[in-house]
Amino acid sequence: MKSFVFKRTVQMIFVLFLVSVFSFGIIHFSPGDPLAMYKQPGMHKMTVEQEEALKEELGLNGTVTDQYIGWAKKTLNGDLGTSISNRLPVKDQIFERIPATAGLMAASLVISIVCAVPLGLIAGMYNNKWQDNLISTFTYFGISIPAFWFGIVLIILFSLKLNILPSGGMRTIGVDSTWDLIKHGILPALVLSVNNTAVFVRYIRANTITQMKEEYVMTAKSKGASGTGILFYHVLKNCMLPVITLVGSRFGMFITGSFVVESVFSWPGIGQLGMSAVNNRDYPMIMGITMLSCIALLLGNFLADILYGFADPRIKQGKE
Amino acid sequence: MARLISEINKAALNRELFRRITREKVNQDIGPERTTWQNLKAVFLSNKAALCCLIILVIIIIASLCAPLSPYDPDEMDLVNKMAAPSAEHILGTDEMGRDELTRVLYGGRVSLLVGVLSMLVSVIVGVFLGTVSGYCGGKTDVILMRIVDMFQSVPSLLLIIVIYSIVPPTMTTLVFMLAMFSWPSVARIVRAQTLTVKERDYVLAAKTLGVSHHIIIIKHIIPNMTSQIIVAASLAIANAILDESTLSFLGYGVQLPKSSWGSMLQGAQQWMLYDPLLALVPGIFILLTVLCFNIIGDALQQALDPKLN
Repeated sequence: MKSFVFKRTVQMIFVLFLVSVFSFGIIHFSPGDPLAMYKQPGMHKMTVEQEEALKEELGLNGTVTDQYIGWAKKTLNGDLGTSISNRLPVKDQIFERIPATAGLMAASLVISIVCAVPLGLIAGMYNNKWQDNLISTFTYFGISIPAFWFGIVLIILFSLKLNILPSGGMRTIGVDSTWDLIKHGILPALVLSVNNTAVFVRYIRANTITQMKEEYVMTAKSKGASGTGILFYHVLKNCMLPVITLVGSRFGMFITGSFVVESVFSWPGIGQLGMSAVNNRDYPMIMGITMLSCIALLLGNFLADILYGFADPRIKQGKE
Repeated sequence: MARLISEINKAALNRELFRRITREKVNQDIGPERTTWQNLKAVFLSNKAALCCLIILVIIIIASLCAPLSPYDPDEMDLVNKMAAPSAEHILGTDEMGRDELTRVLYGGRVSLLVGVLSMLVSVIVGVFLGTVSGYCGGKTDVILMRIVDMFQSVPSLLLIIVIYSIVPPTMTTLVFMLAMFSWPSVARIVRAQTLTVKERDYVLAAKTLGVSHHIIIIKHIIPNMTSQIIVAASLAIANAILDESTLSFLGYGVQLPKSSWGSMLQGAQQWMLYDPLLALVPGIFILLTVLCFNIIGDALQQALDPKLN
């Protein structure tokens, strides 16, 4: 176990290093002046000294290698630099947005699991019967539907036609109630959870089918336990632990998914911050968000692997 | 006496008969070792859903290819008739600039399908090459290649594509390569696993003993014996590529004007959804149908290959 954690940590640091070099390189070798927004026509013209000072402040002096080393040093000290577009610290801006994105992700995770567990169990229990066919058809739709389009459809239906839910944003201005937040959040959370629900259902269904063939189910049946009793008492327990680990490995989907969803619903989270950073060529901001998403994703996968070992002690991590 | 001569012996006496016996033997269905073509046929004949999807896909593809037959120019504006409701003239109505929606959807389909198919081809070629090399060579090569695969699978791909795409020239070629860059690892994984089993087969051993060179073994013996798995991977890769392309185009980082795909049509339609919801619905339905069909077909093939999955 210890050696596994060590090996994976080294591997994660290596991946992070490669991603940082790759993104830093691609951003900095691109044509275009990052300070273009300070030099627009009609603006007060900067003196050479001012420009030098600004470059120094934003870490844009020297060769790309120097800039990278400077950036890496600062990042390792917990300082993500200054945003080019508004000259506020990148770290503060990102941390300010985390609750919105994290809340959305948590809500959609809860929706996914609450929907997926019963559906998956039913589909697995009634393998190849109409219940299963119906649920499986829905899962196909779930993995094939473009999330942004599903968002648009929900907005048309609930906001424009039925007019019961707001079409975007996180709060109504002047209203500060939890109910208002829920009303704003329900559609984005729903959209973000569709794809994951479908994947979870398929996984739980496949798991249930294998579990139902296990000998302990046969024993319970021969002892006279009822079908639903076996399902909820024995099979559910054996299906759930792997699902928890699945959540970790689906972390990437949550992150990229929230980018799309936030853009459709103008949800003020990290995704929106990232999109505007890309549009403004705000290098420090892009780097900060890329690295943060990468760390979140790697940690998710890492935790998934560790939990897998706990969920099923037969699997010993680090021994191949 | 005639009875004592077995079928084979009789055949040995007569050239014509011998030929017929071998031919009959070929036609016999001997277990799982069917050709890829027979496999595909069997799947589509036994699985009605997959057959339906195949038919829908063929219709969408043919309709997109025949888009130039439409009497309307996809880019011709007709502001008098803008946002017209569906009618006999314009089957799906017109968009905010009076362009015929059906014609535009079909032209959009050409772009979406082209991007999907091309990026699938790139990712399958790269994935099959690296996957077979990794599985066949084993050892250090395998470890290094698989670590690279791990790396590509453990980064937020959409975010990186957006970052790269805002910097490189936004052409179709770069889009295709970008999508392929993050989809080849899953193909490589499947192909590697399959190579590991195929390379232990007797005919590979026989070929090795006969002194056949490694690359000939890979090309002649290993790759042809996993065509079905490659087709499954390809089908799922197209589905993902179309989905990712539409997402990117919707966000403004995919197909650029004057070309438009289903995703970029939705980007434009988003602001008009209050006045004309149909504009926002139609391209999405096409994306959903296409991706759904590729996913169902891919899954049906996979289940046929590995019945344990179901």
